[in-house]
Amino acid sequence: MSSPVKILPALLAALLLAAPAKSALEAGQPFPELGAFHLQGTLPAFAGQVTLIDFWASWCAPCKASFPAYSALQTELAPRGLVIVGISVDKTAAPYDAFLRRLAPTFPTVRDPAQALVVHVSVPAMPTAYLLDRRGVVRSVHRGFHRDTLPALRAEILRLLEEQP
Amino acid sequence: MKPRHLLGALLVALAVLGAGCTTVRPWERATLADYTMRPDRDPLHTAMSEHIYFSREASSGGRGVGGSGCGCN
Repeated sequence: MSSPVKILPALLAALLLAAPAKSALEAGQPFPELGAFHLQGTLPAFAGQVTLIDFWASWCAPCKASFPAYSALQTELAPRGLVIVGISVDKTAAPYDAFLRRLAPTFPTVRDPAQALVVHVSVPAMPTAYLLDRRGVVRSVHRGFHRDTLPALRAEILRLLEEQP
Repeated sequence: MKPRHLLGALLVALAVLGAGCTTVRPWERATLADYTMRPDRDPLHTAMSEHIYFSREASSGGRGVGGSGCGCN
């Protein structure tokens, strides 16, 4: 490439490839160890359980809609081995506490004030729920909250509860 | 313009344009959802804007009410 103009396409391609492209956590990958991310709050013991990890925020309207549905799922399926864990990405405690007081979920939630876990997982939307099997492997990723897909999520959870570890 | 100068100018333009680009990740949208980001947070300002709008457009009802602009509704 002798002429500077000829290297322009190569430079443009390099710029495009240099864009940050952190890959998001997908089905089939193990979920990261939650203890390593300095989450605020008490994490439940969920080793060996089917787990739904829900990333939410107090400013997110679909998250508000999801809480009663996930509370009902937790109440119904906890005796069979389901654990739901809410992880808030709120940086401050006040809106987080107010949200929990208002919606009173039946499942435990913790807060990720440094947003370290959510960055590590690279959550694609708010809310996003990761369904883990008893080995801690992500089996499906549910972007957003859609009331009409709840029966499918429930059926998927029931299938995982039937599986042997 | 010599090709070398053209390339330099393009690179500078790319750098300037690139500096203005950012991606708001899903968990960073709290700022966008903040009350102060609402364009209608000040009722007086909204009323003034609407008055200017329907005065300029010679329409009745401003932006919030359907009408044909005849002033008869």
